[in-house]
Amino acid sequence: MSPSGQRLALPFSHQLLNSQTPGSSMSEAFIELRSIGKQFLGLRALDDVSLTINKGEIHCLAGENGSGKSTLIKIISGVYQPTEGEIIIEGEKVENLSPIESVNRAIQVIYQDFSLFGNLTVAENLALNTELRAKTKLVNWRRVRKLAHEALERLGVDIDLDAEVESLPTSSKQLVAIARALMSDAKLIIMDEPTTALTGKEVETLFRIVRDIQSRGIAILFVSHKMREMLDISERLTVIRNGAKVAEGPTSEFDEASVIRHMTGLDIQIEPFRRARPDASEMPRLKVQGLCLAGDYQDIDMTLHSGEIVGLSGLLGSGRTELALSLFGMLPPESGTVEVDGKPIALQSVQDAIAEGIAYVPEDRLSEGLFMTQSIKRNIIATSLETLAKGGIIDIQRVDRVADETIASMQIATPSAEKQVGELSGGNAQRVVLGRWLLTDAKVLILNGPTVGVDVGSKAEIHKKIRELVDNHGLAVLMISDDVLELAQNCSRVILMHRGRFVDELEGDAIIEDVISDQLKSFT
Amino acid sequence: MKLFKRSEFVIAAILLFAMIVIGLINPAFWQLDNIFSLLRSNVIVGIMALGVLIIMISGGIDVSFPAFAVAAMYLTVKGMIYLGYDGVILPFIAAATMGMLFGCLNAFFVYKFRMIPLIVTLGTGSMVRGFLLGIVGTSMININKMPDALIDFAKTEVISMTKPDGTHFGLTAMVLIYVGLAIIVHLVLRYTMIGRSVYALGGDEEAAKRVGFDVRKTIFFIYCFAGMLAGFGGLLHSGMIWLANPRDFVGLELDVIAAVVLGGASIFGGRGSVLGTMLGVFMLVMVKNSLIIMKVETTWQRVVVGIVIVIATAMTAWRDRKRNV
Repeated sequence: MSPSGQRLALPFSHQLLNSQTPGSSMSEAFIELRSIGKQFLGLRALDDVSLTINKGEIHCLAGENGSGKSTLIKIISGVYQPTEGEIIIEGEKVENLSPIESVNRAIQVIYQDFSLFGNLTVAENLALNTELRAKTKLVNWRRVRKLAHEALERLGVDIDLDAEVESLPTSSKQLVAIARALMSDAKLIIMDEPTTALTGKEVETLFRIVRDIQSRGIAILFVSHKMREMLDISERLTVIRNGAKVAEGPTSEFDEASVIRHMTGLDIQIEPFRRARPDASEMPRLKVQGLCLAGDYQDIDMTLHSGEIVGLSGLLGSGRTELALSLFGMLPPESGTVEVDGKPIALQSVQDAIAEGIAYVPEDRLSEGLFMTQSIKRNIIATSLETLAKGGIIDIQRVDRVADETIASMQIATPSAEKQVGELSGGNAQRVVLGRWLLTDAKVLILNGPTVGVDVGSKAEIHKKIRELVDNHGLAVLMISDDVLELAQNCSRVILMHRGRFVDELEGDAIIEDVISDQLKSFT
Repeated sequence: MKLFKRSEFVIAAILLFAMIVIGLINPAFWQLDNIFSLLRSNVIVGIMALGVLIIMISGGIDVSFPAFAVAAMYLTVKGMIYLGYDGVILPFIAAATMGMLFGCLNAFFVYKFRMIPLIVTLGTGSMVRGFLLGIVGTSMININKMPDALIDFAKTEVISMTKPDGTHFGLTAMVLIYVGLAIIVHLVLRYTMIGRSVYALGGDEEAAKRVGFDVRKTIFFIYCFAGMLAGFGGLLHSGMIWLANPRDFVGLELDVIAAVVLGGASIFGGRGSVLGTMLGVFMLVMVKNSLIIMKVETTWQRVVVGIVIVIATAMTAWRDRKRNV
């Protein structure tokens, strides 16, 4: 390990002067991974993967969850040592790349969780790295503020230095993390799934910043499984699947379909799901009139018919999640009426909502919707315990039968109903949640971000499943999502919400991805 | 505006309110001799609370310090009597060192085996107390045997006064030691990297490692420092009450933790301040003192301390959760 602090921190302007224009440095490699292999206890995580990232380029690493993306990042950041292959950084072969060595070689990773200290101020979060590298023993708060101020200035953003990071919105936390990475005069910044928690508008801001960073000659490895973003931002693309590289080249040579094909190894055809507008005389499954909750939403009118998937989108804070929670009885509305199949219902609790046939799949199904350490069986029956119990005693045989039926009908990939839900993939876990609600004879299904964090292959599967449910069970589905493509593919109507009100409704052929994103971007 | 949002301000406001209420019920509360005696009762609880504060900021908890304090105190006093030594400085260094070594034991288990601090400190506390009573002895060392130097030292006063009826009262100089230690802890927490690493560790251990903090060093620092404060406070206590009792300090952990939580430290780690803790200690001591004045039985005093812990913890937990939304 070489002593840290050996690399002198140059002021940023110097670097700008010294670096060549991005055009001429394009072909020069910053890091080369040659035939990297990694084994964990006999398990092959990476096999003969080569990856070259040029100076000042935006490179995308695409792959589904579990494809080996994270392992590769950890090899570059020195957390893991490769079992085979070699790493060349700026023309020099590096043996035993350690985390400290990686940082000294100007590689910075921005983790998905940002690795920030929520209990400390923005200023201190920014300055900590520099202080630690300088091996100072004492804290000079004036210097901390100065360092932090400079860091934010470099990035051209304005965030209150004295705010606790915990109190910031996700997008600002990310900016702090980026500013921190830039402070160390990084030459390569690895961003692990940076857009997961951002809204469309925030993603745009992020991209602007990423391009700005690039213009300073810094390379960026953008790790993602979101198709559109990758194609938008990157210049070159590497796709890995099952630990092996399956495609690489300039991004212009790829399109959405080809990336999906490489990532999944499957040809996924997505037909839009369109429904003729239901007969106005038909009794709506869900009818909402004049629903209000001060501070969250106002004057909500909405009808959902059987067999319909209606999309609902809007920026974070538009009130969409609050509306969903109200319909599920978790946040009782102040005024207005809700009818299910023509019958007015009172929504004072979750029990009310379930009894009336309203089901809700939360945004963060992992923390809100599932008992991760419990078996699939127990998770499936969790909402229908009352119907499965006679006089307070659970009918075990019936539970087993019901669980097996649900696993079969939802095509949950598991050897047994006893497996812990925490061990399932995102897509399979989502099916457990959906299957559970089917058991309650749900009439109205509210899905909040149904495929957040699910990879492309499972995403298509989940969409198929939702459509089947709508067709076969006559459900009415309200699909809340930030994923514009998802809405365009599945919904026969899309409602746009802004500042607590419904502001627009798109129908039929008007539901085009770009139209929805443009609309969303016009909101501020 | 920022001043009013700080938890210290809220605690100070509650404290002031409580003092006014108590003063109305019992006008004698505001008399100088009562205030002096209150401050005196702050010293030992306060010194221990400083150690617990550091541990709680790091996300841990300590219930072993009363055992460490009593062991360091009893062993030091025994040693002084055995050697016939009658000084002050060396015994305090010895007691603090013993406390520090015990603290090291906690740090070792917490760091090496990634054990939950509550379990570790329950175990070490119980072991140390057991060894002390089983091997060293169970007999109290009374005023007639206590080293004079210790007692004389603890008798030092900063303010001495005489009441109209001729009785003497004063403010013990031990308060200065407490305030001095508090200032040191504050400076360490606020202005040194090791101090900041305590907050970082309490905020997010994984992030602390990634950013390059030496987590092992921090954990050892935290528990050793707390042990040192406990050992020091233990010996000071015996000088102040003219008695070295190997069964002393039973149940003190509850009072001290209550005071620290009352002072706004988060049970989830990452938050807490010396000023807040000092206010918390004062509040707890004042409440207990008032209960004694009102002749409430000790049994019921425990109930009150329990209620204080539950309410204060609920309030800080609620505050921290609200912040996370």
